[in-house]
Amino acid sequence: MRSDTGKLSLILLMTPFALWIVLLIILPQAGIGYVSLQEKVGPRQYEFGFKNYMDFLGEPIYWNTLLRTAWMSILVTILALMIGFPVAYYIAKIAKKQARAGLFLLCLIPLWVSDLVRAFGWIVLLRETGIISGALQWLGIIGEPVEMLYNDMTVIIGLVYTVVLFMIVPLVSTLDGMDDALLEAGYNLGGSRFTVFRRIIVPYAMPGIVSGCIITFMLTAGSYLTPILLGGKNSSWFTEQIYNQFITRYNWEAGATFGVLLLLFTSFVVWAGLRLTGQSLATTVAKE
Amino acid sequence: MYDLESKSVTKRFGSFTAVDSVSFGVPSGSFFSILGPSGCGKTTLMRMIAGFENPSEGDILIKDRSVLNDPPNKRNVKMVFQHLALFPMMNVGENIAYGLRCRGDAKSSIGDKVKAVLDRVGLPGVEEKQVSQLSGGQKQRIAIARCMVLEPDVLLLDEPLGALDLKLREHMKIELKQLQHQFETTFLYITHDQSEALVMSDNVAVMNAGRFEQIGSPKELYDRPVSGFVAGFVGDSNRWAGRVDRVSDGMARVQLEGGDTVVASAEGGGDGASVEVFVRPEVIKIGAGPEGSTLSGKVDSLLFNGANSRVLVKTPSGKLIEVADPSGASTLAEGDEVQIHWDPKRALAFPGEAA
Repeated sequence: MRSDTGKLSLILLMTPFALWIVLLIILPQAGIGYVSLQEKVGPRQYEFGFKNYMDFLGEPIYWNTLLRTAWMSILVTILALMIGFPVAYYIAKIAKKQARAGLFLLCLIPLWVSDLVRAFGWIVLLRETGIISGALQWLGIIGEPVEMLYNDMTVIIGLVYTVVLFMIVPLVSTLDGMDDALLEAGYNLGGSRFTVFRRIIVPYAMPGIVSGCIITFMLTAGSYLTPILLGGKNSSWFTEQIYNQFITRYNWEAGATFGVLLLLFTSFVVWAGLRLTGQSLATTVAKE
Repeated sequence: MYDLESKSVTKRFGSFTAVDSVSFGVPSGSFFSILGPSGCGKTTLMRMIAGFENPSEGDILIKDRSVLNDPPNKRNVKMVFQHLALFPMMNVGENIAYGLRCRGDAKSSIGDKVKAVLDRVGLPGVEEKQVSQLSGGQKQRIAIARCMVLEPDVLLLDEPLGALDLKLREHMKIELKQLQHQFETTFLYITHDQSEALVMSDNVAVMNAGRFEQIGSPKELYDRPVSGFVAGFVGDSNRWAGRVDRVSDGMARVQLEGGDTVVASAEGGGDGASVEVFVRPEVIKIGAGPEGSTLSGKVDSLLFNGANSRVLVKTPSGKLIEVADPSGASTLAEGDEVQIHWDPKRALAFPGEAA
């Protein structure tokens, strides 16, 4: 009787999860994978083959865009870590207990506004007739309006702003669990600030750093709105290529191929990152 | 010569005075304890010695040199934290080597020193183990080894036995004392457990509400407490409130609440003062004695606890009096009428605490 109710509640709990995994992740991915392996030999005639992947490799603009997207995503991840870590450390360790919830909420507020509106916020600030350009002219620092949109720097700033929160949240939760006595022991045994940071704080926060970096990197590499709106036609973001294949050129086979390649390549980057830093998913993210 | 000296150290947090003009000296190589109830300021005092807090007033000297301007990582006092604070991301060997590496010891000598200190604490060859694989007592010893490998002038211990279970705590008390002898280092031990302080220490300071009430050897504190607080906090005592009738020859006649009259050594407070009389259970004997140090009552219950057995005697006025019954050998039964007496010199009357 008891084991029956246990089984029932397990099934009820797992059903939404299983449906989500199967219907929204496994099936579409399998479909995409299948479409990517279709070669178009004539109108409505397809054959199984790797031609789409060969086309990708044969066209430098495609794989250059993918590499560029990966590099910029890595840069955004590093910047988000550098900005997010001090913020998370302040919230978790330095701020007074009462202030913590408020500070955390302040970090969450931007999420109440959609990506689109936030990107437009940057446009209002940075465009030629925008607030910053206007203010600099008014102050006499520049003579004529300056266009600050549509370059890589702006794309990176916008992306960092969009994803930094996803770095802060896991960092705060790991750092929050750290006993202050560990830091004091670190100093007491003769460690300088730098030693304590390098040998105690960072290793302790490693699970948070790893999960924050993975989330941030994946979000950045897969983002569409921010690079398009802030980078304009020149942004050359890989998701834009996918969109073009699917919507503009109506070449579903190539689009599917690009989708598969993006997933494989970003997974590879995450794997390589874990290997390079000597971490594994089992010992960091899944720890306790 | 003192390894550690505190000169009228005071610490205020806003309008609250946590530590109030505390002065003491710890002789080289001795085991000094600070004993007090939680919230008495003992942890704040220790944190000031370690350098995590700065005193509002006063001076702290280590080996006769003021350390107030030294940051925590430059003071040669090491601390065993309440929950030990072993680094969970390092194995045992790395935990111990941490301090040596911070100090910049040669790589080649670190391994030997780690090995040597692990031998001394009786845990040879555990370098490669993870901290989580150790038992409570082993973690304790690693935490001590991690400090001792740096040869500190003073080792601070902040209630490190608090988290252990009773049996292990009893065992670690003896072991700590032995380790202290072995390393010949000055230990400053903080605790709220009077039995830990009495068993291990050469000297104990009893702390209450930010002040030191008394500093002395465990025996002095036990036999000749200077205040009602010390008498009540150190060891077990029967405690009766009353009012002094008159004082003569250093002995006070005290009218107890409830009607009995007893004679006790007067430790302050003149005629008419409200006092508390402290009598230790082992001082009280079964049987009639002289007037003024005899009470009669009924056996309320027999509490058997081996060598610590007690007889609870209830007087007609409703007082419950603990009487030691060392071997649990008395032939008394519950409900028996008994008389109890004691040496009046060993009953102490302290001025009542302002309630």
